[in-house]
Amino acid sequence: MPTNNFVESSFWNFDTLFQPQQHPARDSHDTFFLKVPEVTQSLPENYLEHVKTIHEVGGHESIGYGYDWKREEAEKNLLRTHTTAVSSRMLYALAQGKFSPKKYFSIDRVFRNEAVDRTHLAEFHQIEGLICDRGLTLGDLMGVLNEFFQRLGMKKLRFKPAYNPYTEPSMEIFSYFDMFNKWVEVGNSGMIRPEVLRPMGMPKDVSVIAWGLSLERPTMILYGIDNIRDLFGHKVDLKMIESNPICRLGRQV
Amino acid sequence: MSFQFIKLLYVSLNYRYDLLCLEGLARALRIFKCIEPVPEFQVSKVPPASMIKIQVKPKTSMIRPFVVCAVLRGVALDQARYNSFIDLQDKLHQNLCRRRTLVAIGTHDLDTLEGPFTYEALPPSEIKFVPLKETKEFTAEDLMEKYKADLKLKKFLHILEGSPVHPVIFDSKRRVLSWPPIINGAHSAITLDTRNIFIECTATDLTKAKIVLNTMVTMFSEYCTNKFEVEPVEVISANGLSAVYPDLTCRKMEVSLSYISSALGVTLGVSEVTGLLNRMQLPATKGDNIEGSDPTISVQVPPTRSDVLHPCDVMEDVGIGYGFNNIKQTTPKCVTQGRLLPLNEFSDSLRAEVAMAGFTEVVTWILGSFEENFDMVKRNSEKQKAVVVGNPRTSEFEVVRTSLLPGMLKTLGHNKDHPRPVKLFELSDVVILDPKKDVGARNERHLTALYCNANSGFEVIHGLVDRIMQVVGVKAVSVGDNTGYFIQPSEEPVFFPGRQANIICKGSQIGTFGIVHPEVLQNFLIPDPCSILEINIESLH
Repeated sequence: MPTNNFVESSFWNFDTLFQPQQHPARDSHDTFFLKVPEVTQSLPENYLEHVKTIHEVGGHESIGYGYDWKREEAEKNLLRTHTTAVSSRMLYALAQGKFSPKKYFSIDRVFRNEAVDRTHLAEFHQIEGLICDRGLTLGDLMGVLNEFFQRLGMKKLRFKPAYNPYTEPSMEIFSYFDMFNKWVEVGNSGMIRPEVLRPMGMPKDVSVIAWGLSLERPTMILYGIDNIRDLFGHKVDLKMIESNPICRLGRQV
Repeated sequence: MSFQFIKLLYVSLNYRYDLLCLEGLARALRIFKCIEPVPEFQVSKVPPASMIKIQVKPKTSMIRPFVVCAVLRGVALDQARYNSFIDLQDKLHQNLCRRRTLVAIGTHDLDTLEGPFTYEALPPSEIKFVPLKETKEFTAEDLMEKYKADLKLKKFLHILEGSPVHPVIFDSKRRVLSWPPIINGAHSAITLDTRNIFIECTATDLTKAKIVLNTMVTMFSEYCTNKFEVEPVEVISANGLSAVYPDLTCRKMEVSLSYISSALGVTLGVSEVTGLLNRMQLPATKGDNIEGSDPTISVQVPPTRSDVLHPCDVMEDVGIGYGFNNIKQTTPKCVTQGRLLPLNEFSDSLRAEVAMAGFTEVVTWILGSFEENFDMVKRNSEKQKAVVVGNPRTSEFEVVRTSLLPGMLKTLGHNKDHPRPVKLFELSDVVILDPKKDVGARNERHLTALYCNANSGFEVIHGLVDRIMQVVGVKAVSVGDNTGYFIQPSEEPVFFPGRQANIICKGSQIGTFGIVHPEVLQNFLIPDPCSILEINIESLH
């Protein structure tokens, strides 16, 4: 997916993903809002009306959120908080033509206006995958995740219920790490909600299964790095970069 | 199965308001384990004439238009229950109520008051009462000033700041119940001896006010004399229309069985599904559908489940009850062709080439300060090309980079002790304002490479420029020829005068390189000379 756009509108980053305008994540203390350019110049007007409706009164078998949706909120520009904003654009583009199954992925940077510490950064990378087809199931999602994480050297997975505004069901993905002797969260996944897909014009029988994980966290676990700044940013440990062996994750027997 | 359910509790703060307090949690677990049935909440049958009333006055629409109320009769409180009651209000205030901006909850000892009540908006100087924790009277005006020093309450003052009128609830004897959203009156404070509780929720969002009220009463009506029964209150709005709260009616939903089965990927029968849903607090029975057609499930969505918006929410609960880890894992049947985005493929190939030339890759921050990005590299005039952050916590997050150069110099500055020569590169995005894009800005893929040693290594960086152009397949031509690339002297303040050049490729300037100016080196605390290049690789792609 073409993720080379860090600047995004609240519309694509939140509203199209059925995240209500009063949601805590849209608070100024979680998101970097922009002073320049402050507002987005254009939005797809027809689609915007459908998004407004689904938030305000529902539709497509949903009762919606029951609040007054404001255009000015959607127009606010920000530094994207997740690459799911791009996934939303891609799904919308897919829904405009004749449907055919698709698999998408992206690996790129996102921005969170949170307090920074040893394991938390204001900017980090997300990995995202989506599969769009008729008749996909939750069983399919778990099967794909097993395959995917095996390639990263994680063979034992468990799934727990979770929450995202744009997926239902949602599952947190846990992998068992022998070195820690415990289950560690390695990602998030789910089936995209109809309230996201139907206003785009996606056919009713099309499902989208999606998953995401951060790049930094598994890297720190798998390489045994305590402080993410040794790898990323200007305080990088050049010696570590130069002496690190070639990556053979998932290929070891 | 229960392990999975308990995990759900940790994420419940976001949308399962019925699991925020111990009462709700314990009840959910007992129902899941089939020890207890799903409660049937009732609104007591009170004749309209004797129903407690609250009249809303017109001016409230200026500041906080909505109010919803309910009564809990004959409650028995002990210290634990009292703490839980207060705790739930705090939690709701924190999340769903968005720190009281959307909804504020007030709870009162009904026996200290006399209805009918009024919900009004008055100038702050005209609101006079003894607030909680105080013994003497204050006006709202006084309190706005006094609470600026109160760690907890000062956070809510902004909601009323500057408004000519403040919300206030009175009883028939003009006693103040509360001054929302700041604080309640001391007169009606709840104690362990309170038997009848009056709950009022004032709000700017009516839907959320109803959810908050429902959450409060469904959780604590288990302590009423008539368990799970709530007494209604009539709210008469300014235009004379009246509504009775709380609205505890269940919403009926018909969900197709095949939808549930096909979405989860398991074959389930009607009784299996209804059994699971009942344990998840979604009372369900066999649907009333025509013989022979797709069977449906009738779900009565209780007032505790405001999170159920669509059949997919019902489907998820079936999945949770069944246990996600019990679902057979399969593979999607679709066959698709995969490929990399051309720009990304190109970037990866170019990274490999630069690394093979002996340069080490680094990845640096996209956000930075104005000082580092412009002042320290003598590029003050470039500031207007940049994307600026409106709410940075510190100067480190002020502006989005328009060039990779400052980040590279900063990295070198932090690795002063690294053996010489230091050869670094970064291939990543910068952001430039662009009125042609819908959002008003675009990413641009750049490559920067740096050489630092006892000597400046200008020829090494120049050599890298030639090597890059060679692997990209652009031939070197003489000055002015637009079929290939040539270099031309430049005059950028960041570089040493006379030791810098622009790279012109097929008629446009695509990059620059040169020896870094000593002043710039000093700004970044770099003790040795260095040369650097920066190229916009999108123009090569």
